[in-house]
Amino acid sequence: MAQPILQIENLHKKFKDAEVLKGVDLQLATGDVVSIIGSSGSGKTTLLRCVNMLEEFHQGRILIDGEEIGYSGPQRKARKESEIARQRAMTGMVFQQFNLFPHMTAQRNVTLGLTKVKKLPAAEANAVAEKWLARVGLQDRRDHFPGQLSGGQQQRVAIARAVAMNPKVMLFDEVTSALDPELVNEVLSVIQDLATEGMTMLLVTHEMKFAFEVSDRVVFMNQGRIEEEGPPEELFRKPKSQRLAEFLKSSKF
Amino acid sequence: MGYHLNFGAVWRDFDLLLSGLGLGLALAIVSIFIGCWIGLAAAFAMNSKHAFWRRVASWYVTAIRNTPLLVLILFAFFVLPRFGIRLGKVESFTVTLSIYAGAYLTEVFRGALLALPRGLREAGLAIGLTEWQAKVWIIIPIMLRNAFPALGNNFISLFKDTSLAAAIAVPELTYYARQINVNTFRVVETWMVASLMYVAACYLIAAGLRFFERRLAIPR
Amino acid sequence: MVEQGTLLYEFWVSRWAILQGLGTTVLVSLLAIVLGTFLGIFVGLMLVYGRFASRFVVRMYVDFVRGTPVFVLVLASFYLLSQIGIQLTAFQAGLFALVVFCSTHVGENLRGALQSLPRGQTEAAKAIGLTFPQIFVYVLAPQALRQALPAWINTATEMVKASTLLSVIGVAELLLVTRQIISRNFLSLEFYFLAGLIYFLIDYAIERAGKAVERRVALPS
Repeated sequence: MAQPILQIENLHKKFKDAEVLKGVDLQLATGDVVSIIGSSGSGKTTLLRCVNMLEEFHQGRILIDGEEIGYSGPQRKARKESEIARQRAMTGMVFQQFNLFPHMTAQRNVTLGLTKVKKLPAAEANAVAEKWLARVGLQDRRDHFPGQLSGGQQQRVAIARAVAMNPKVMLFDEVTSALDPELVNEVLSVIQDLATEGMTMLLVTHEMKFAFEVSDRVVFMNQGRIEEEGPPEELFRKPKSQRLAEFLKSSKF
Repeated sequence: MGYHLNFGAVWRDFDLLLSGLGLGLALAIVSIFIGCWIGLAAAFAMNSKHAFWRRVASWYVTAIRNTPLLVLILFAFFVLPRFGIRLGKVESFTVTLSIYAGAYLTEVFRGALLALPRGLREAGLAIGLTEWQAKVWIIIPIMLRNAFPALGNNFISLFKDTSLAAAIAVPELTYYARQINVNTFRVVETWMVASLMYVAACYLIAAGLRFFERRLAIPR
Repeated sequence: MVEQGTLLYEFWVSRWAILQGLGTTVLVSLLAIVLGTFLGIFVGLMLVYGRFASRFVVRMYVDFVRGTPVFVLVLASFYLLSQIGIQLTAFQAGLFALVVFCSTHVGENLRGALQSLPRGQTEAAKAIGLTFPQIFVYVLAPQALRQALPAWINTATEMVKASTLLSVIGVAELLLVTRQIISRNFLSLEFYFLAGLIYFLIDYAIERAGKAVERRVALPS
């Protein structure tokens, strides 16, 4: 492929003495939508959090659009905090617990990054925020505080907050797991729209049906390694590995 | 400056300081004991159906908590004799501190009562207990366990507040420290030792309370 | 005019003394709260973000001060500071003790508030590329301050109550003035009650003002 937008090479990560990621390789081209599935403890969330340096890793490389994340040079020198902050702005992350800033309106949640990180003037930042809040269907809620919004609405604001920064890769960490069932669909349809428009996405999810419908590729992780990778029809209908078959059965797909 | 540390002067009278510390502890224990009864009564009063009791309890708590302890101590010590209540220094202080403790404990117990699930009282009534029995056998024991950490903190505060007894010449730790200070001019040593004694006592009490808390905990 | 010998007359005659005492009480309490809060914010930040050595020193400071009764702090400050060559008036020595006391309370409250914020807040802020100073100013501090407000109001009332201890080292605040008046006219019940009432009103006012501020900065939900 042409230079992949996201490249993960031989990623190893330890928590204390236990190795949680044991050599992960993954590549995403621009516009790819990749879902990561697996049981808890497989390392899928950790992998995601390494991409935007919320977790450090002691071996391997991650490159976004050719730029090495978190460390630099052959000596693997750790980058400065301000450098890492700049690199984090290249990705957008949506969390399971939404993590909206409760003391700011929905609009301000979105404009904070635009004004303080991208240094946009206030008028432009507001325009961008309004556009994205309208895209996720919350234009008339933009002056509401998170405490006044439902879970699904909060998560949609969180998506707007991340996407408004115009990231190269969007990272979704089990974003519907904390939602009441009837609120899940409104969030999934927003993600579906973003995928259709060509946003590069890496999703960790339990929603098997959604992963099947939205992904270009699916990755199955087990015990810190990628065990199987492929288009959804292959992975879900004709699983090659025994553990994947068991996992799919227990997920009632 | 030429100030040489000489702990000897303080050491000579260490037994006095120790007895003062003991008295302080005793005062705190008695006060919290009496204060608990007052606090329990007031906490239930604040939940009562009758507005009268609610108001009385509420005013009690507000009045005491917003008045400086020293004012309460002096008031009790100098004013009560005019009403014919003749109490010695120690008794007067104890009464004052108990009433003071009661106000703070009311809030502790009230919070603990509110945090109890409503079903507890109803479950008790459902098996045939009277309101009174339900209170004594079910609600109060659970509430006390829940309130234990806050109770412990209040006890430590109360222990530190016993230092104010020195203001009416009750022979507790601070009183003796002041005497030794005035007699020997060994200012640094005296107050360092006095402070350390309080800090050490508070630390030990806190450790002891943590130990008891674990032993009291309902296994889960 | 008011008759000599009545209670009202006694109150009237002492009004200036009482007002002066009250003024001193308000002054020392206000100074203690303001200076103590500044120092306390520094203490709190050290406890949460300081390097290991500074955190340790500040922790020792806080634990030592909090384990000591305020009364002892006031007395020690009064006797000690003059001994080690710092010439301070009783007012200044007492104020010093109160500031130290206040700083530990404010520091602990701030620490508690900052540490109670969910980790997700910092992570979400990092994820959009904010640097740590930005995260602290825009995300953490506003939430922590809102959270610490009730406890801070409580600390403020504690400082007013602690100001009475300065009467023992001879500072002419309200309680000492009251005692002086009583030594003259023996109306202990009336004047202690008056003093108690004034303190009560001050604290009550602080509490009500505090609640009003809390309501104003509360987030709609």
